[in-house]
Formats: sequence, C-alpha cells, structure tokens
Amino acid sequence: MSERVIKLSDIGEGVAEAEIVELMVKVGEPVREGDVLAAVMTDKATVEIPSPADGRVSWIGCEVGQKAAVGSELMKIEVGDGADTARELAARTKGAAPAERVGEQLQRPQQPRSAQEPPQLAPVETERPQTVEPATSNVPRAAQSLAQARATDRPVAAPAVRAHARDHGVDLRFVRGSGPAGRILREDVDAYLAGRVQAQTSLQGLAANTAVEEIKIIGIRRKIAQRLQDTMRRIPHFSYIEEVDVTDLEALRADVNETRKSGRPRLTILPFLMRALVMALREFPQLNARFDDSADTLHRYGGAHIGIAIQTQNGLVVGVVRHAEARTIWDCASEVQRLTETARSGTITREELTGSTITITSLGALGGIASTPVINSPEVAIVGVNKIAIKPVWRGAAFEPRKIMNLSSSFDHRIIDGWDAAQFIQYLRTLLEAPAKIFMET
Amino acid sequence: MDPLSCTVLVLGGGPGGYVCAIRAGQLGLDTVLVESGRLGGTCLNIGCIPSKALIHAAEEFAAAKRFAGGSNLGIRATHPSIDLRATMAWKDAIISRLGGGVYGLLRRAKVKVVNGSGSFRDGKTCLVQSDTGQQVITAEHMVIATGSEALPLPLLPFGGRIVSSTEALAFESVPERLVVVGAGYIGLELGIAYRKLGSEVTVIEAFERILPQYDVELTRPLASHVSSMGIKVLLGAKARGLDPSGALKVDLADGNETRLAADNYLVTVGRRPRITGFGLKELDLTMNGSAIEIDEQCRTSMRNVWAVGDVTGEPMLEHRAVTQGEMVAEIMAGQKRAFDKVVIPAVCFTDPEIVSVGLSPDEARSGGHGIKVGNFPLSANGRALTLDANNGFLRLVARADNHVVLGIQAVGQGMSELSAGFALALEMGARLEDIAATVHVHPTLSECLREAALAALGHGLHA
Repeated sequence: MSERVIKLSDIGEGVAEAEIVELMVKVGEPVREGDVLAAVMTDKATVEIPSPADGRVSWIGCEVGQKAAVGSELMKIEVGDGADTARELAARTKGAAPAERVGEQLQRPQQPRSAQEPPQLAPVETERPQTVEPATSNVPRAAQSLAQARATDRPVAAPAVRAHARDHGVDLRFVRGSGPAGRILREDVDAYLAGRVQAQTSLQGLAANTAVEEIKIIGIRRKIAQRLQDTMRRIPHFSYIEEVDVTDLEALRADVNETRKSGRPRLTILPFLMRALVMALREFPQLNARFDDSADTLHRYGGAHIGIAIQTQNGLVVGVVRHAEARTIWDCASEVQRLTETARSGTITREELTGSTITITSLGALGGIASTPVINSPEVAIVGVNKIAIKPVWRGAAFEPRKIMNLSSSFDHRIIDGWDAAQFIQYLRTLLEAPAKIFMET
Repeated sequence: MDPLSCTVLVLGGGPGGYVCAIRAGQLGLDTVLVESGRLGGTCLNIGCIPSKALIHAAEEFAAAKRFAGGSNLGIRATHPSIDLRATMAWKDAIISRLGGGVYGLLRRAKVKVVNGSGSFRDGKTCLVQSDTGQQVITAEHMVIATGSEALPLPLLPFGGRIVSSTEALAFESVPERLVVVGAGYIGLELGIAYRKLGSEVTVIEAFERILPQYDVELTRPLASHVSSMGIKVLLGAKARGLDPSGALKVDLADGNETRLAADNYLVTVGRRPRITGFGLKELDLTMNGSAIEIDEQCRTSMRNVWAVGDVTGEPMLEHRAVTQGEMVAEIMAGQKRAFDKVVIPAVCFTDPEIVSVGLSPDEARSGGHGIKVGNFPLSANGRALTLDANNGFLRLVARADNHVVLGIQAVGQGMSELSAGFALALEMGARLEDIAATVHVHPTLSECLREAALAALGHGLHA
C-alpha cells in the first residue's frame, strides 16, 4: 500500500496557476492508470490530468472553480489496494516485465499463445529491430503492418517536396501530382499555391498576378514595427475625435503669411496648434507626461517638448521641438522646418528624436476625415490633425460655408480618463476657434 | 551553484540527444546538454559501434582461420590466433575517438555540456547532480533523450555469468561455450561473432524461427548459414533459469527438458525505454506502454517537453533517434517540420546481412495492394562471386498498378551499404522504371537492385 500524490504539474510557459474546472472522481472511487481525474483551465487551454497509476482516490484537496498553483497537491491516490492490484501494478510500473507479460508480447495474431501457459516460465524473447514495442506493448503485429501500409498510401512526393509543402502549409493530399504515377513535384505544389486563381484567367486576357515578393523588414522599419507592436500591446488607447471650426484661424494665418517679414517661414497650421497646445497643457498638465509603467511612475513635465511626426523615405520619425512654451510662433515654425529637413536628409541626431512629452501627427493635405493615431510611447497623448474642408455649418439663421478641421487624438487610458481627454480637446478647440486667445496670457 | 537558465535543455547525450543539441546550437538556440556518462549513448558506447568493431574483427579472424587449411582463393595461412584484449583495446580506441568527436561537434555548435545526472523537477526545471555539486537548470524547452536499456528476464537476472550485450561487448577472453537467449538481431550478431572467434554457440528462441520480425524467405539464407557455421539453434525453446550446478534449464519444443552448461549466458530478449531515475513521474506524461507517447513532431503531452529516440519506443534505432532529434531542434527554432518519413530502414549485421526497407510482400498485400515482386539472386551477380559471397538475394516489392516501389529487402554479404539507395528510392517515390533506367555501376553488388526491378517488370537480363 502506498499513496501517490497528484500535483498540478507545470502546464506550460508562464502558467503559474490554473482553475479546476471539472473533477471526474470522488473520494473512495477506484481509478485506472490513464483515467482522467480532473480538468484544469489556464488562460490558454483546458488540460486533463490523468491518473499515473491504478488505485483508489483517498483524498481530494481541490474543488471546482478553485484556482490552484502549479505544484500544489490536487489529490491523493492509494495504490496497491489488495493483493491483486499489487501484483498487477508491479507488472505495470516496474517495467521488469514478469513472465506473463513477456509471453503476451510474444503473441502474434496468427499464433495466439495459450493463456493457461504456466506464468513462471520465462519464454525466450527477441529484440525487435522494426516495429514491435517491448515490455508492455500488446499491439498486434498485423495492425502495425497495416498502419505502415496505410502510410505508404500517402501522396508520393520526394522529401524536399514534402518539406516545401509543409513550409507553405499545403496538405499534399489535395495536390494533384503531375509526375509519373501521380508523383507530386515541387512545381505541382507551387501551382497549387498559385492555385485556384490561375484557373480563373479571364477571357479578356486578364491574368492573376500571383507574384509574392519577400521583403526583409530591417533597420528603421523594423524599429518602427517593434515599437508600434510594443506600444499597442502595452497601452490601452482611447481615441477622441472632434470638429474644429478653423475659419477664423485660417483667415489669421493667411493675413500673417501675407504680411510676414522677409526671412520668416511661411506658417502652416502646425505652429498655431503648437502654441495652442502649450496653452492647453497649462490647464491640463497631466497630459504633458511620460509614463514609466515598469516603475509605476508618471513623469509630468513643466516644459512642453512637442514631438512632430515627420514622414521620411524610410518611414515615420518623430522630431522634438524642445520647450515650445518658450518659443514664439515663428520660432516654432522654423524649428519644425529645420527638423523636417534634417530628418528627410537623414542628418537628424538621436537627441533631436527623443524626449518629447506629447506629439502632434498630421496627415496634412492628404486629409481623411478621422484617424486613430498611436501614442508615441511612453507619452500619454497624441493629437492628430485631419484635413481642412469647407462645409456648410448652421449659424443661427443660415448655413454658412465654414472651414472645418477634425482633431483625432488618442490617450493612454491607464492614465487619462475619457472625461479629462474630452475636456482637453474641447479647450484646445475653443483656442483654435478664437485664435486671439492663443496669444493672450490668462 | 547559481541556477542556469537556457532555451533548450537536452537530457541524454546519445545520438538523439546530442544531434538535437548540435542542431539547436547551430540554429542559435541557447542549449545545454546533460549527460551522466559518456557522450554517444548506447550506439557509440555499448551498441552499434563496438558490436560492428567486434563483428569485423571476428570476420577477419574467421577468414584467416579459413585460409589456415588452404582455400579456393589460393591463400594459405598458418596458425592464426586472436588476442581478444587487443581486439577490445582497438574497439575502445574507436569509441573514444568518436566520443571525442561528438564533444568537439557540440562545442563547435556552442552547446554547453553538463556532466551529471539530471532529474526533472517540473516541465521547466531540471536538477543536475554532478561531482562538483548541484545545479538547477531552467529551460524553455526540455528534450527527453534518455534512451533504453537491455530488457532482463525475471528468471535470468543480469549478473555474474548472465550478461547483456553490454558485457558481451567487453569480454576479456573468448568464452569457450556461449548460450544466447533470444534470436533477435542483437543475439544473432553477437552469437555469430563469437562463433567466428571460436566459441561454441547455442542460440535459443521461443518463437519457431530466428529473427521473427522478418519473413521466412528473407531469413532462410541466414538460418542455413548459421547452422553451417556450427551454431546450434533451439527453436520453440524456453529458458527457465539456472540449475544449482549453474547450467541453463531449457524447455524444448518437443516438451522435453534439457540443460545447457556454458561460460556465459547472453540474454538478448529486447530493450526497454529508460523511464526511471530522472524524475519522469514529476511530469506525469502520457505513456504508450513503457514508452513516452509522442506525436509526429515528437511532442509529449506537456507543452515544450519533447522526447526523442529509444525512450519513445520502437523501432529503437540510432538513425530514427537522430532524425527525431534534428527535427525537434528545427521545430523549437520555429521551423515547420514533422516526422513524415516513408521508411525507417533496418539492418541486421549478421552473416549474411539482412536489410529491410519498407513493406515486405505480405505486408504490402495485407495493406490491400496488388503487387509485383522482383527477386535477384546474388549467385547471378558477378561482383558477389568475386567476393566469394553468393549466399543471398535482393527483393523488390512494387504496386502492380503504378509500379511505385513499396519495399526493398536484401540478404547477403555487404547488403547493409546498399540500404541508403533503397531508402532513397522509397522516399523519392521511385517506380520500377526509375530504378531500371538508372545506370548501376558494374561490377558491384548494387546491380542486383536494377536487376530486381527488371525482373519485376518482367524482362530481367541476367536471371
């Protein structure tokens, strides 16, 4: 008599605990080796726990719905209950193959050995170079031969062709072999992959283009890919889109551009937005921040270091306009221009690409009515600018043509509540709709 | 010692384990191999390699003895003798040379070899006991490659004069009388070798013929040669243990009992997976009999715990283990692989050798195939005659409808080296016409393959 303790063994990568979802046995019940005792569920899968031996359940230390840690004791099984089981068990677990089991193993389907044969005999046994299992197998040889024969009914294809098919997820049973005796050639697999489309070449002479180009994602594009993947995995984004009437802002901008001193840059809407942002961040300082989630610490910045998303030939980079709160609108404009030029010529420095506390992204003239920008991690907010369009707006007595621009923004919802985000954008809107306010000290 | 952490831990340094480790290392996986004994496992240390060395020495000695009385070849030798200690030293030198080679290959693949006895704590942790202390190793992937051990008979437990193949490969002198219990390939290979070295050999087998895994046609030339060598074979006989005088009690097929006295009793009744002594019960893996159950990717019932080689059951062959080990490494590295081999060839290094690849005629028929069979006798092959080795034949089995080859078997001296060509034909899905249309070098034994294909097609040239 002995007791086997059934523990929750490690079920897989990173799983520390699992929920007991089903118990198949009760205390006192006999179980056979391999019987399912319980089912546990991890966040990945449900796993059945089999009995390691024949015996009787003597103790159950868990209940359905309970979470159990890996390594904890789930139940105990008393093995060797009675002399019969003990013998049987010895035969099984020792693997020392007592006589009767070796005899059993000798059986071939055509030659069933008499069951009455004295069990103390140690019949001579032979090695099995091919397919028969020693010690405990009692799979009849004929069945194994059949299995092997069926295996040869598999599609005929050379090993390299099989590997090629596997690499591309092709089941060769569905591929027509054009070789002798239906042998599947590499070309047949390729044709299958190009597949149904090729058969559909239209009467007008249009043919499907089945070319697939393999492009290695390297350098900045790979960096971007990794960063965006990481950002989207870590940050729950909250996006908010609002219409802004920029008729007055556009009038002001046109006027300023026309009357600007020589040597000053032509103003886009961006510097106005940057200055408005500086004003809004004074009211909503929690948005001008970087969140170090591994240390559970939010760094709130006094200065507004505004990241500007810049499209370059190799992909998107974010140049940083430092201390926008200390810059005039002209300063902002020339700094953006300088950053854009250095980014596009590839001479922008690492320092000029790091340290922003909030970012503006603009698809500019390309437009679109709304977008869902991805936060420039570890910042907590990003403001997106959509295209300005003239739209009819009801203004008390009549529809008037107004210049309307959407702001599409995203926030790190872990730090920024929806209410605060909306208030921030509304405040930004009031500044942009009455642009004089941008330049008024409150 | 500080805990060690790696991507892949391989438990067992036999062919399945070390090949898996080398390939994993090549693929850039951070790999640790744990082995308590010598690298190379059963195959290198107590199996394939030492037995083939011994067989070769025995053949050379037998040839020399044959020449002692003069021979058809016109060679005459005088008083050949053998110093088995020197033979064993030569054999051991081969083993250490190959073992050193394995170590070098592992090092080149940047695999860390930990010498000690490993035991699983769970599916991610292994505790290694070594001379220098305890080492905890955690790994993302565990590969179980613990191999197999000789299956003992309860009435003939190993010890003293009752030996397994391991001891028989390290005898210090040639036993005068040797009884081999079990006429499988290991028993016959060693029995024949010791017969050639001068032992009086008796083989007992419970089944009605030797090598019961192979068909009668294939084993017939071996059976006749075995008896012409003077090996006594008792079929349908059962070993019942030693009597007080130390002789083996044997129940004969006719119901009588006999006693066989011998210097050594070699028990070769099979091998069993090694499943104890390394904490397997902590994992509670699904078993298939006494072997670890695996799927076509060598996955066990626990995620990221893999098993390769003999511990996964039959066929317990080095080349199967190696193929599995290599495949598992590639799967762990993210490649899409599965064990989709058409055949696992098997060879008995008896005299004559027996090779079996794919289906025998009976197996093919019971698989529901209409078949064509082509036979070619070695006695019709020029090279076989010049080698003085015309005992045997080559047999080819193909589907009757499309002539795709289903199996190739051969018995004869030197046939083992043809096995690669047989396996290639089956893996490539060759038809009889492909083999018949391939130019085979004359004069070689391999011509038998083309001739057998021609015979199956109904237009053999030389028979």
